Amino acid sequence: MIARPGRPLPASVWLLGPLLASAAAAVAFATPLRFAGLQAPEPVFALVPAFAWAFVRPSLWPSLALVGAGLFLDLLWGGPLGLWPLCLLAAHALAASQRRLLSGQGFWGVWAGYAAACAVAMAVGVALTAIRAGHAPGLLGVFWQFAASAALFPFAWRLLERYDDADMRPR
Amino acid sequence: MSLRESSLGDIRPPRAWLAAAAVVLVAILCLALFIVDGSSGAARPGPLAGARRAADGVAAPVGGAIATPPRWAGEGIDAVGAYFLAGSQNRRLRADLAEAAVWKDRAQSLAEENARLRGLLGLRTDPPLPMVAARAVVDARGPFSNSRLADAGSDRGVMEGNPVLGERGLVGRIVGVAPRVSRILLLTDTESRAPVMVARTNGRAILTGDGGPNPALAYLRTHDALREGDRILTSGDGGVLPRGLPVGVAVKGYDGVWRVALDSDFAPIDFVRILIFKDFSQLATPAELAPRQLPTTATQPPDPPPPAVANVAAPPAPAPAKP
Repeated sequence: MIARPGRPLPASVWLLGPLLASAAAAVAFATPLRFAGLQAPEPVFALVPAFAWAFVRPSLWPSLALVGAGLFLDLLWGGPLGLWPLCLLAAHALAASQRRLLSGQGFWGVWAGYAAACAVAMAVGVALTAIRAGHAPGLLGVFWQFAASAALFPFAWRLLERYDDADMRPR
Repeated sequence: MSLRESSLGDIRPPRAWLAAAAVVLVAILCLALFIVDGSSGAARPGPLAGARRAADGVAAPVGGAIATPPRWAGEGIDAVGAYFLAGSQNRRLRADLAEAAVWKDRAQSLAEENARLRGLLGLRTDPPLPMVAARAVVDARGPFSNSRLADAGSDRGVMEGNPVLGERGLVGRIVGVAPRVSRILLLTDTESRAPVMVARTNGRAILTGDGGPNPALAYLRTHDALREGDRILTSGDGGVLPRGLPVGVAVKGYDGVWRVALDSDFAPIDFVRILIFKDFSQLATPAELAPRQLPTTATQPPDPPPPAVANVAAPPAPAPAKP
């Protein structure tokens, strides 16, 4: 669907589209496969909309959608319920608080902001897991998931361009 | 005067504030959910167990369907590779076979000696455990949760707590069961704890997952220092797992902590075997565990007290008859 400049996208497109795409990608990457003896990485695709939704006009829907996306990840991956909603909300909150700073940046500057949001999500995950399990998870595994998630930035950039074309950025 | 008509009705909070308030509100609700669900431990038998079972029941067939084309592709690639590498594989297999023949002779000799010593000591071995083969259809391998969904559930006798083996060693244990699917908590999960022993020294430790590929050996207690390459087996302590299941070999981590390179890392991950092991009572025959015939509690009435007369001469014994 091609957005008409100046007309906001309907919620079914800007909200449900990225939500369902990230859920489908998470399921696809959860297949038990190895390539050349190595397991595929497990990026958090929901971090893409969590970051990009901070740049549309403020609304209640992104928060609720992120809770749904996080609960879906918890159920799919077998983690404690509430873990990934909190991680995604933390990333979204950071991006929303730094929206004005990031809006004037180019591709690499926004990528740095996206990486910072991913890092905050991972930090929240480490803290909650440490509280629950009694010890912190291995930082090497955390770093790999952070790196795999940060590598998804081109998808977030594409979403931001789409929202910009549809004049959905806050004025 | 209604609120809308009053001066308060003109107040329009910025949308950004409302959005921020929504984030804070749902974060508090999620934190409460995390605390409620987290209080039930790794097995998570709490109030949300039904939702988990339902989600697993949906995720398993979807994951299985998605995994099928890549699996077929992998099998096809393996078949093509095997065709082109048949010569070198044949040479390697011949060498393995020659080596295995030596081991076979040695194993037969040891088995015969073992049986003789068991007979001398009067030892009894554990009966073989029933086993269910299953296919892993969903694999979570992130730092915060390491689990798999297997396509065998309570309809095939799988129960929570059952140990799960891969092709080459222990993988984890069952923490959730639905009718056709079960969730395996891997040894690498941050909430996984498994009692293990060092085969060489008989030392004990708790295998503690941390989300990485090599779980740590915590509470290590052994009279002899651990060495690289020591075999690690399940100890059976606590009755959680049967004794003697292969786990891996000891390695020194980059952080100086003793860790275990899991045997299951060197085998395909899509097939697992679930041991139908509940506890050690199933290793004995029920008849032997049943209470034996105990002496009755009924007692005989006390003997009547002897007569109070004392110093009475006993009657003389009759004289033997003379022929």
